[in-house]
Order: sequence, then C-alpha cells, then structure tokens
Amino acid sequence: MKLKGAQIFFECLQKEGVEVIFGFPGGAVIDIYHELPKYDIRHILVRHEQGAAHMADGYARATGKVGVCLVTSGPGATNTVTGIATAYMDSVPMVIFTGQVPTALIGNDAFQEVDIVGISRPCTKHNYLVKHVDDLATVIKEAFFLARTGRPGPVLVDLPKDVLGAQIEFRYPKKVELKGYRPTLDAHLGQIKRAHQAIKKSKRPVIYAGGGVIIAEAGEELARFAELIQAPVTTTLMGLGSFPAMLEDPTGRKELNPWWLGMLGMHGTFRANMAVSNADLLIAVGARFDDRVTGKVSGFAPKAKIIHVDVDPTSISKNVVVDIPIVGDCKNALQKLIQVCEKEPLEDIEQARSAWMEQIRQWRETYPLAYKQEGDIIKPQYVVEKLYELCNGNAIVTTEVGQNQMWAAQYFHFNKPRTLLTSGGLGTMGYGLPAAIGAQVAFPDRLVIDIAGDGSIQMNIQELITAVCNCLPVKVAILNNRYLGMVRQWQELFYDKNYCATCLDAAPDFVKLADAYGAVGLRATRAEEVEPVIREAFSIKKPVLMEFVVAQEEGVYPMVPAGKNISEMLLV
Amino acid sequence: MNMHSNGQKHTIGVVVENRPGVLSRVAGLFSGRGFNIECLTVAETIDPGQSRITLVTSGDQQVLEQIVKQLNKLINVIKVIDFREMEFVNREMALIKVRADQQTRAEILRIVDIFRAKVVDVSPHFYTIEVTGDDGKIAAILELLGQLGITEVARTGKVAMARAKKH
Repeated sequence: MKLKGAQIFFECLQKEGVEVIFGFPGGAVIDIYHELPKYDIRHILVRHEQGAAHMADGYARATGKVGVCLVTSGPGATNTVTGIATAYMDSVPMVIFTGQVPTALIGNDAFQEVDIVGISRPCTKHNYLVKHVDDLATVIKEAFFLARTGRPGPVLVDLPKDVLGAQIEFRYPKKVELKGYRPTLDAHLGQIKRAHQAIKKSKRPVIYAGGGVIIAEAGEELARFAELIQAPVTTTLMGLGSFPAMLEDPTGRKELNPWWLGMLGMHGTFRANMAVSNADLLIAVGARFDDRVTGKVSGFAPKAKIIHVDVDPTSISKNVVVDIPIVGDCKNALQKLIQVCEKEPLEDIEQARSAWMEQIRQWRETYPLAYKQEGDIIKPQYVVEKLYELCNGNAIVTTEVGQNQMWAAQYFHFNKPRTLLTSGGLGTMGYGLPAAIGAQVAFPDRLVIDIAGDGSIQMNIQELITAVCNCLPVKVAILNNRYLGMVRQWQELFYDKNYCATCLDAAPDFVKLADAYGAVGLRATRAEEVEPVIREAFSIKKPVLMEFVVAQEEGVYPMVPAGKNISEMLLV
Repeated sequence: MNMHSNGQKHTIGVVVENRPGVLSRVAGLFSGRGFNIECLTVAETIDPGQSRITLVTSGDQQVLEQIVKQLNKLINVIKVIDFREMEFVNREMALIKVRADQQTRAEILRIVDIFRAKVVDVSPHFYTIEVTGDDGKIAAILELLGQLGITEVARTGKVAMARAKKH
C-alpha cells in the first residue's frame, strides 16, 4: 500500500521505538500533525521550540534513548538551534525534524524558509535535507542510527512540505549503509596492555571520568576498575553520577566515599585539583580535557603520564598531549582494563597507595567544600544540601547555568548515572526547566528537580504551562539572589566590582507567576523556612516553583581564575 | 586562505560521497575550527558516487593530526589520505594570460618551450598559456612571465596521488 510522506514519518518512528515527541506545529509540518492522532506516539506540545529541543535532550539524557522533536520551518527551526548546539556539545542522542518549504520553493526566500541544514551543520553530528519521498525512510533510519551510535549527538532531518505529501510504497530498510561511518568501539588490546604497565608503575594515580562513562553505561565498570587499581576518582561536571559520591553502610548511614575526589576544574574541589596536579598517572575516561577542567593547559597534571580512553579520536590529544591513547567505547575499554588487572593483580596495592590516599585525606580535611549558614539569610548552598537531604538523594536533578549549576554540582551528591542533567559544554541558561520536563515525561513517578537561578529560569519560563497541562510535577528551586550571579562574581573578582547589567532587582513575583500558570508557588525568605518549603513542595503532586531568597553576593568557591593552573585556587 | 606562521604546508586527499552539501561540510570544518585552506580542488572520481578533494593546509603536527581526525569524523567522508605518511606526486595546472607584442613573443615561446607548456589562445596582443607542474615549476614560470607582463592567472589548485609501490 502506498503511504504519504507524513505517514511514513510515523511508521519509521514506530520502527525506531519512539514513544514521545516534543513539538510545535506550523505550516510546513501540518501534514505530519494531521496524521499524528492515528499513531500511538505521545506528543508534548511545547510553548517555544527551544523548549522542545531541551525536553528531547532531557528525555534522552535521563533514559539513554534518542530524544525526538518536531518543529516547523523557518523560525520554528531556528528556535531549536540553541537546543541542538547544547545537545551536540554534550553528546546527547537526538533527532530533530524540521519542516521545510516545498522543494520547488527552496532557495526562493519563501515564507518561513531558512537554510536550517546550513545553519545547523556545525552543531549537529550530521544533518539531512530530504528531497524525495523515496529517501525518507532511509534518511530517518540513518538519523536514528547516527544519533545513538559511536559518540552520540543530534541529527537534524529537514522535511519539505511536498515530500510529506508525496506517496510511495513504504519499505523500511533493514540495515544502514554508511561507507564513511565506522566508529571504533573495540579498544585495542596492545594499548590496554601499555596502560596496564603504566598503572603498575604508578604511585599516585587519579581516574578522571567524564560524561562518556555515563553515555556508555559504564558506571559499574568504573567503580570496579577504581577498586582494582585503588585509584581515587574525580569527574567532570558531565561525569557526576558515574561514580558514587556517597556510600551507605548496612545501617543506612551515609558517608562520603573516600575514593571520591569530587568534581575537578574551575569550581572543582581542593582535593580533586590538588590530586590531579600531583598525580603521576592520570587516567581519563570519556572526558575531553575541556578548558573549564584544565585551566592553563601547560599546568594541567604536569607530573602525570596520561592515559585517555575515548570513543571519539578527535578528543584525544586535542588540548593535552596524551601518552597512551585508547580509542574505543568506555565500557569496552574498562572491561578490558579490568580483565588485564584481574589477571595480573598489582602487588601490595593497598600499601603502595597508602601514602597517596593519606595525602588526599589531608587535602580533603584542609579545605573541604564549605559555607556558613548563620542567621536568617539563606545561603544557596544550604538550599541545595537540604534538597539532597530531604529526598535522600533520590531525584533527577537538572540545572540552569551559572552559580546555581555549580552549587548543585558541589553540594548535591550524585550517586547514580543519569541523575544530573546539565548543560556542560554549551552552558545554556534556560536548559533546566524544559530538560526537567523531558525527564519527567520519561519517569512520571520520579522526583525531578530543576535547580535554577532567578536569571536562568526566566529564559524558558513559558514551559511551566507545558508541565502544568501535561501533569508533569517537576519541582523548580529558584536560588534567587537578584543577580546574574556568576557574571557578578567575575565582576567582583576581576572587574573592580563593576556590576554592569547583572543586577536583576526588577523581577517578577515568582509565587504569583507560578499561580498564574496553574502551578504552585512557595517562597522561603529565612533559613528556617527552607526545610518546610521543600517538604511541602515534595509532597505536592503538581509542578511547584520554590523561590528561595538567598544571600545576594555569595560566590562559588573554590575558583580557578581563567588562565591559571588548577592548583591555584581562590578558596573563599 | 591566510598563511599560518608556524607550520608547513601539507597536502591531504579526501574521498567523499558525491552528494550536495559535502564540500560545504569540509570547508565549514576548516573555517569553523580555524584551520587554514591554502587551496582546494574537487571533482568526481571513477566512481560517480564519489568525489575526491585535494587540499593543501598548514599547521604544526598537532593541528594536522586534528585536521585528519576531524575530516574522518565527517559522515560523508569515506577516506582520508594523509600524504605525510607516503611518497606522492602532485600537479597543478595554470592558465596564464601574458602580454605578447613583437619584442616579447619569441621570448614567451622560448619560456613555453622550456617549461613544456602550451599556448592555448592567441590574440593580437596576448597569449594564453597552459602549464602543468608542481609548486616549484608553476612558481618559476610565473616569475619569468611576470617580467614580461602577466594580466591574468587562473590556477586549478593541486591534485595529488600516492606513488604506486615499487615492488
């Protein structure tokens, strides 16, 4: 039977196991929306296309599945660009379908026409313009395949209106044939053995794990590997959750995992940055030596031999020259490392590491992450700690970008992969709320918290209605300091306290705003109100906006000034 | 097309799928990541489904390695030929329009002869010359003819191919 392009679209999505799409209609995609009710695929109607992209992203990060969004041509397409770039920087599997003007009009500056394939080329893993309905099924199959394999990423498919209306016999290709795409997943055994030799010689090893461990579902392997070679673990922002920050004893008492160094880099912990700066071996797994991690590149891990496991060869020796590169899937590489380490265990390992671990313990005790909650004024860190405590860590946390994000990373202890969804690479303000909605769609019964700032939350606040009308009970915790706090902090430290354009004294009444959207608004202005507000929010089965009026000029510390070695931290 | 101060020129062959937009992916990669393109040629191969790009770039070893890896990462790139690793031949063709009057015609024809070039168009005041060769040869003929008055030059950019194994 012949099907229309718009029907083929849904047939393909069903074959790919798509359960939900995040979208917003328009002229170029009405054909698709016309068919939507006939298919068993949930559609979440957003209020701005950027929201659709971030929701698909949040859904993908929370589940590991491919997130899908659907928007119209022109402004619909361009509105997704920030969301696509966000996903690209953090290697999130997504397929973005954009409408396009009919093929005959392409290039004519037609109404709502934009060259979205050209615009999105540098921020997608790959993209397509489908010119014939004959190619549609193949392209969709390839798009999903590319999005989820190798180093995942967003793939955009541009769909001209006439292609959606054209008819053809539907056949879904059985396999994908891409001559130029063969990701190396299988780690080279020779390199694994070289790594093993380096590990054997090392006295002060540090494992530096990134988002790649989470993407590869290699958390268990990471923990086992760290245990075998008795190495402490630090992670990037993207890697938080890949290694348990807290350990629970049989009585249920929780304490900080002694092998856990915390996050490293610009706002990393003292012990993580000192450990990396003094290590004789750095084992990077699924991390990419981002400038927010390395600080001054020449001063990064200056005493260490570097092993680097990554599925993307371009990440290796891009910023920092690597001694032992291992191209491959993180899970595959860690499994092989575990095998060789088990076969040839390191002798007297605990004794060999005792001096190193003692040093790390000292660093931890000298400068732990710290703040003082005194008096009535709420410290933002206190709010984050209370959020963690009152849900016992059982939540999916999203963040906006800036101080709120860093405090979330520092003070919420992430124990499981896919529990922190944050825009690490691009640093997209406005990510947190839609990402939380996407995660809540995937896990309707879990607690999803967006830790937000008063600046960021206003960048996609319109999606609150999406949460309300789809009964998605996300909890937003606004740390309201009446500033664009992170920029203000830089101005304080490096720009003579010239707080130009960072003061947000003129703000909406967030409680009334929540009310206007049909959500619940709660406010805490004094320290003693923090706990009751959080408890109440967690007990309500609706979206809740919590506003915490916090200390205005609190800073995020430690902080490595831009261009400095990561051992040169400003400590409160 | 700016010259990078640190690093030498380097030739890379790229076999790509012959589809719309592929060239812009390659060119966009260079501009987006701040790599240099000194010159670039592209044409279909013996397989109409594939095109071959030859490009000359510059940079230190680390940059060149990134360029090769980034090219390989493009989905439409089938093969990257890194000529650093092999002996290769390279050629470029240039069309040179040179002023030719009674005093200079004989000299121009002598130069054409020495360089095994060809005169492909003649008018009362101009010769158009076709010459093929490597960088050095093209530079040399341009210098000699330049003294006689070149009015226009069109160059193809370099194409390159690995030498076949001798055994």
